[in-house]
Amino acid sequence: MATPNFKHALFCAIVTIVIAYPILGLNLVAESTRVIVEGADTTTVISVFAAALVVFLFQLFRDRIMASLGGLPKLNPFADREHMPESKRARLESWVLTGIVVLALFWPFFVSRGSVDLATLVLIYIMLALGLNVVVGLAGLLDLGYVAFYAVGAYTFALLSQYAGVSFWMALPIGACLAALFGLVLGFPVLRLRGDYLAIVTLGFGEIIRILLNNWTALTGGPNGIGGIPDPTLFGMEFGRRVKEEGNTSFHDTFGIAYSSEHKVIFLYLIALILAVITALIIRRFMRMPVGRAWEALREDEIAARSLGLSRTAVKLSAFTIGAFFAGFAGTVFASKQGFISPESFVFLESAIILAIVVLGGMGSQLGVVLAAIAVTILPELAREFSDFRMLVFGAAMVLMMVWRPQGLMPMRRTHIQLRRQE
Amino acid sequence: MQDLLYFFQQLINGLTIGSAYALIAIGYTMVYGIIGMINFAHGEVYMIGAYTALIAITGLTAFGIAWLPLVLIVALICAVIVSSSMGWAVERVAYRPVRGRHRLIPLISAIGMSIFLQNYVHLAQGSRNIGFPALMDGGFQFGSADSFQMSLSYMQITIFITTLICMTLLSLFISRSRIGRACRAVSQDLRMANLLGIDTNRIISATFVIGASLAAVAGLLLGMYYGSVDPLFGFIAGLKAFTAAVLGGIGSIPGAMLGGLILGVAESMTSGYLSGEYKDVVSFSLLILILLFKPTGLLGKPEVEKI
Repeated sequence: MATPNFKHALFCAIVTIVIAYPILGLNLVAESTRVIVEGADTTTVISVFAAALVVFLFQLFRDRIMASLGGLPKLNPFADREHMPESKRARLESWVLTGIVVLALFWPFFVSRGSVDLATLVLIYIMLALGLNVVVGLAGLLDLGYVAFYAVGAYTFALLSQYAGVSFWMALPIGACLAALFGLVLGFPVLRLRGDYLAIVTLGFGEIIRILLNNWTALTGGPNGIGGIPDPTLFGMEFGRRVKEEGNTSFHDTFGIAYSSEHKVIFLYLIALILAVITALIIRRFMRMPVGRAWEALREDEIAARSLGLSRTAVKLSAFTIGAFFAGFAGTVFASKQGFISPESFVFLESAIILAIVVLGGMGSQLGVVLAAIAVTILPELAREFSDFRMLVFGAAMVLMMVWRPQGLMPMRRTHIQLRRQE
Repeated sequence: MQDLLYFFQQLINGLTIGSAYALIAIGYTMVYGIIGMINFAHGEVYMIGAYTALIAITGLTAFGIAWLPLVLIVALICAVIVSSSMGWAVERVAYRPVRGRHRLIPLISAIGMSIFLQNYVHLAQGSRNIGFPALMDGGFQFGSADSFQMSLSYMQITIFITTLICMTLLSLFISRSRIGRACRAVSQDLRMANLLGIDTNRIISATFVIGASLAAVAGLLLGMYYGSVDPLFGFIAGLKAFTAAVLGGIGSIPGAMLGGLILGVAESMTSGYLSGEYKDVVSFSLLILILLFKPTGLLGKPEVEKI
């Protein structure tokens, strides 16, 4: 009885060794001009074989393990619990979100400069993820070139400030609108494509934008990037030690306090926070508007939605454009926070990270996306020695999520009525 | 005369790269033809093939074995074994559990797998690019020595011949063998093939293994041609090969070959006459244009969506 199982298990174990040993166990080392192969240390080799053994045993007793797992008590004690009524849930969610925002408002005044800086980055990621959530989570369009719109926002601000001396507050709407325009122009032809083609085309578009930024040296500075991007001002008050522009005053002089470089960091953080909240609120509105429902309808069943009179192009295009708009928003803030941008910041990996945030958080769910953005950005900072493993873990997490919990950690709940059978 | 030679040089370079793209593209097109998903991790399988081949070559040189045909064949066999195991395992772990779900789910799973494999190699072998030893030097030269010389290197000839052999074997395999026939049946109608007693799971695994083996061959060839490998080696090549598959009509094997060649030539003409930096832009623009104006590709069948 155990023969087929045994053969399969043995096969799986051999495959494990074959795919793990050459790459992990034999390291290529460049020695002056030659390349030599070095065996890895014993621990690695032992762990490869241990992994093979685990695979072997698991496959051998797979049926029994699966059966006993089914018999175990549920891991999630709330799984059988009755769902909260929709109105209560929504209220709870908005209370939690408000609580987070209020906490976030006062928090930077008590912590170090480094953590405020990191928090600003988290907020930028939240904006990006919320924007991508519209495209991927709500409209079901897989956009792998989202970072291109982020780049458009960032570069718009950088170039405008360099060539025209435009300030942050002017550049913010311009950058966002230009990114939205790019989304519109790209989206118009490609949104007719089916889902997976769309993914590849957007990926190609992202790469095109990056290559152009890298090679159009005369305008963008190429790989050297653009520096000296000005900080935002508060009603004409600058945060630097000395006033750079004519007619402005400096923040610490106006209020008669000592200069501190922390003011600027906190101010940037607050701007990012306010913009993130605005992003969340606007998208929340959109979700409840007819267009938001149309996005979801088209995602769930395109043919049914079209036969109910929804224009496919218009609905998809609106999602794509709105997503791009918020990416441009985030890009402007990013440029201003860094003070320097280069094409290095807008590689495909960045798109993948934002996508991972949306997927992990639960496609369509705002609270989930916010929590995932915080987790994905902060966890690698907390465990710095593991930061090399960050992308490895992301990749694995994306696969495992899709296999076990494709709806994400905090799936979105739609307003619905549950019909109960009468006893 | 010189201009003509220059043109032919670009053509030869393009056909060389293009035939290697075609080898990778087969993997995309076969998988798409059968289960309708883009195997995003295919480029990484190709990259792992290149790494394995390099490890094998270096290992053999360390043992003092330097007879070129033997080295190449052993490297090829190692690369094919490791890559095809990888392809099999990837399908098993990341794609089979999500098969038949909403379109986006296998795709995201595939992207996750691609990121995972890239970083797996990155962590194990370092992120720097590692030089491939130059095993095949020299070639034929055409034209006078004082002006432009067209060269056709032995490496390029090897790539042509190997690709030709692989493609012929593949065509024979698909048209004559039992598994090949089953592959065709499954790609026409998976459920019906299942009802008729074909073990569709096995056929799908076989598709991944075949695609991965061809990718490994391409990995060895292109690794030697370019002269170095790094963990990101597979990403762009995978995208190019996918473009080639779409160009020729996804799901069609002759289409993948044609698409690969066209893409290779287009790319090398761009680097020859415009600038090497923009060759990726040209190939992606080609992809976008093809998808816009002829989404079925050059040799693909139009797809009718049934309700």
